[in-house]
Amino acid sequence: MNNLLSIDSVSKHYGDFTALNKVSLNIKEGSIFGLLGPNGAGKTTLIRIINQITQPDEGKVLFNNEPLNIKHIKDIGYLPEERGLYPKMTIGDQVVYLAQLKGLDRDTSKSELRKWFDKFEIEDWWNKKVTELSKGMAQKVQFIVTVLHKPKLLIFDEPFSGFDPINANLIKDEILDLREKGATIIFSTHRMESVEELCEDIALINKSNKILDGNLYDIKTKFKSNIYEVGVNASNPDSLNKELDSIFETAKPSFKTIGENLKLNIKLNDKQNSDQLLKILNQSGKVIHFKEVIPSANEIFINSVENN
Amino acid sequence: MEHFSIITTREFLNKIGNKSFILMTILLPIILSGIGFLLTFLSSINNDTSKVISVVDKTGYIYEKLDSSNDIKYDLIGTSSSLDEARSISESKSDYGLLFIDNFDTPEKIAESIVFITEDSPSFSVIDRIESELETILTNENYRIEGIDINLINSSRIYINLFQESFDGEETSRIDGLVSLMFGFFLGFLLYFFIFAYGSMIMMSVMEEKTNRIIEIIISSVKPFNLMTGKIIGVSLAGLTQVFIWMVMFFAFSFIFSTIFGIDGSYDSGEIMLSSNNEAGVSSFVLEMISAFMNLPLTNIFIAFILYFIGGYLLYAAIFASIGAAIDNQADAQQFMIPITLIVIIALYVGILTIPEDPNGIVAQIFSYIPFTSPIVMLMRIPNGVPLYEQIISLTILFSSVVFMIWIGAKIYRIGILMYGKKVTYGEIIKWLKY
Repeated sequence: MNNLLSIDSVSKHYGDFTALNKVSLNIKEGSIFGLLGPNGAGKTTLIRIINQITQPDEGKVLFNNEPLNIKHIKDIGYLPEERGLYPKMTIGDQVVYLAQLKGLDRDTSKSELRKWFDKFEIEDWWNKKVTELSKGMAQKVQFIVTVLHKPKLLIFDEPFSGFDPINANLIKDEILDLREKGATIIFSTHRMESVEELCEDIALINKSNKILDGNLYDIKTKFKSNIYEVGVNASNPDSLNKELDSIFETAKPSFKTIGENLKLNIKLNDKQNSDQLLKILNQSGKVIHFKEVIPSANEIFINSVENN
Repeated sequence: MEHFSIITTREFLNKIGNKSFILMTILLPIILSGIGFLLTFLSSINNDTSKVISVVDKTGYIYEKLDSSNDIKYDLIGTSSSLDEARSISESKSDYGLLFIDNFDTPEKIAESIVFITEDSPSFSVIDRIESELETILTNENYRIEGIDINLINSSRIYINLFQESFDGEETSRIDGLVSLMFGFFLGFLLYFFIFAYGSMIMMSVMEEKTNRIIEIIISSVKPFNLMTGKIIGVSLAGLTQVFIWMVMFFAFSFIFSTIFGIDGSYDSGEIMLSSNNEAGVSSFVLEMISAFMNLPLTNIFIAFILYFIGGYLLYAAIFASIGAAIDNQADAQQFMIPITLIVIIALYVGILTIPEDPNGIVAQIFSYIPFTSPIVMLMRIPNGVPLYEQIISLTILFSSVVFMIWIGAKIYRIGILMYGKKVTYGEIIKWLKY
C-alpha cells in the first residue's frame, strides 16, 4: 500500500537540545496511525514538522511521494493539543476565516460549515461567540475546523481530552467515518484504550528517539510472553497443581473467573505449546478458562519506555 | 500573498468592529472638542465680567491716567481716605480689589508705597497690567520732573524688525521659525502617538492569539512571516481609518463650533492668545502665521512625513509584534516596553531641547541618523530646513533597519508564538535568533 507520509531520519535541534533524533516513519494511506510517547518525547515537534510549522534540521519528509511543501498545507488538517479559538469572533466567521487560510474559498467554506452544523445539530451556533460555549462545545467547533477542508491527512493531538464520553464517542465515530472516506489519520495520544480501539499501526517515541514502530498486531505478537491463564474444575486439583508445577513454569493467577477450583498463570518455554498444556488440563477436569495473555498497548508502552 | 490579504482583512475588520475601538474613535473627538468648547465658553464668560478695582489716589495725577478697559475698570473712591477706610468701602462694594496710592514727593517713593489689596489672590495678567500702567505713568512723571520731553523720547525711539531671508532666497521671519518649530513638534508627537497607540495594539493582537492557543491552528496554514506582516498592515490600516475619521470629525466640529460662536475659529483662538491686541493686530498675526506656514518647505515635509512615518512605524511595529510573540501576559510586557519607551522619549527630548537652539546642531544630526530616533527627530527638524543628502542617508539607514528588524522580528515571532507558559528573558530571545 502507498505511503501517504514518509519521514526519513528527521532530526531537530533547539540549541543544545535535541528534540528529534533521526526519526523515520511510514504512514500508509487510509490507515489510522498511533503516535505514542510520554510528555516531552518529541511528538509535538514531529507533528509541527509535518505541519511545516518548523523545518527539520536533517532528514526529509515526503507527502504522497513528493517532498513536503507549501501546497500540501491544504491537504493536512491539524487539531493541536493546545487549542483555542478567537473569543470575540463569531463561530461562523472564524471557522470560515480558518478555512480560507486552508485555501477554501468563502462560499465553499460557508456551505461546508452548514453541512457540519446540520450534522451536529448546532445550526444556531453560527452567530455565537466562543465565550458563550462550553469547553466541549468549543472542541466540537475545533474538530470542524480541522476537517472542514477535507484534508487527505488528519492529525489529532489528544483529540479526546476535555470531551465528555458522549461527545468523545461522537468524535471517534466521525474519525472512523473519515477513514472510511479515505483519509489518513495520525493520532497522538497517551490514552491507550483509544489506541487499541482505533490504530492499526503505531510508533513509540521516547527521549527524541523512535524506540518502536509497526503494525499493532505484529508488535503485540512480538511482545507476548507465552503466558496462559488457566482455570480448571479438576477432580483432584492438588495433584494437577503438582503435575503442572513439575512440567511448566507457573505463577499466581492474575484474572478472575467463576466455577474453577484451580487457577494459574502458566508460562510455556520455547519447546512447549498450548496443545500440550490443554491436553493435560482436559485429562484432569473441566477447563473453565483458557486464554493467552496478550500485552495491552498500555503494557507495551510502559515496558518499552522503562526499558529505554 | 493570498493569506496575507485574508489576514489583513480580518485584522482590519476585527479592529474596526471592536467596541472599545469604536468608542475611542467617536468619543475622543467629542471629548476633545467638548473641552475646547467649554474652555472657549468659560473664557468668554470670564471676559464679559469686567473687574472693578477701587482706587484711592492721593497724588491727584495717577488715577486720571489709568486706562479703564472692558475687563478692568478703575473706580476712584477717594483722594484722602486712610487705608482702613478705603478697605471697608471697597469691601462693601465687593470689588475685585483696592489700589491704594499714597502721596510722596518723588515718584520713586510713591512707587514703593503703592499697595494692591484683593480678596483672593489676583490673576497674573491683572497684576502685570496694573504694574505696567503704573510704571509708565510714574516714569513719565519722572521725565517731566527732570525736564525731559516725552514726545522727543518717543519720536527718537527706533523699532527694529529684522528682515530675514534664507540663502535660498526665501523670505523668513521670527514667526516662520516659530511655525516651523511648532509644526515639526506636532509631526514628531503625531508619530510618537501612532507608534504607541497602534504598536501596542499589534502587540496585544499577537499575544491574544498566543494566549488563546489559536495560534497553533493558524500557524499550520500560514507562514509566520505572512501572519506577522498581515497583522501589522491590518492594524495600521485600522489606525489610519481612525485618524481619518478623527480628521473628518475635527473639521465638522470646528465648522459647528464656529457657527455657534458666530465667528471664524482661527480669529477666536487668536483673540485668546493676544487679548490685548486690537482686531487689526489679531488678523494680521493670523495672516502672518498662515503665510509662515506656506513658507515652510511643504513638499519636502509631506514626502518626508510619509516616508519617516511608514519607516518609523514599521520599525517599531516589528518590535511590538515580536514582544507580543515572546510574552504570555501583559505583565511580562513591561520589561520589554520600558527600553522602547525610553528610546522614543529620548528622541522627543533631543528634538525639544536641541532643535530650537540649532536645528542642524551636531546632536540633532546624530540622532536623525539613528533609526530608532531618526523618524521623530528628523520630522521635527525638516520644517526648519534639512539638506537633502542628510535626509537620503537617514532614510536609507532607516529603511535598511526596517528590513533587518522585520527579519529579526519574524525569527523571534516564529519561535515565540509556540512557547507557552515560560517567562522569556532577553538572553532567551537572543538564543532564538540562532535557531
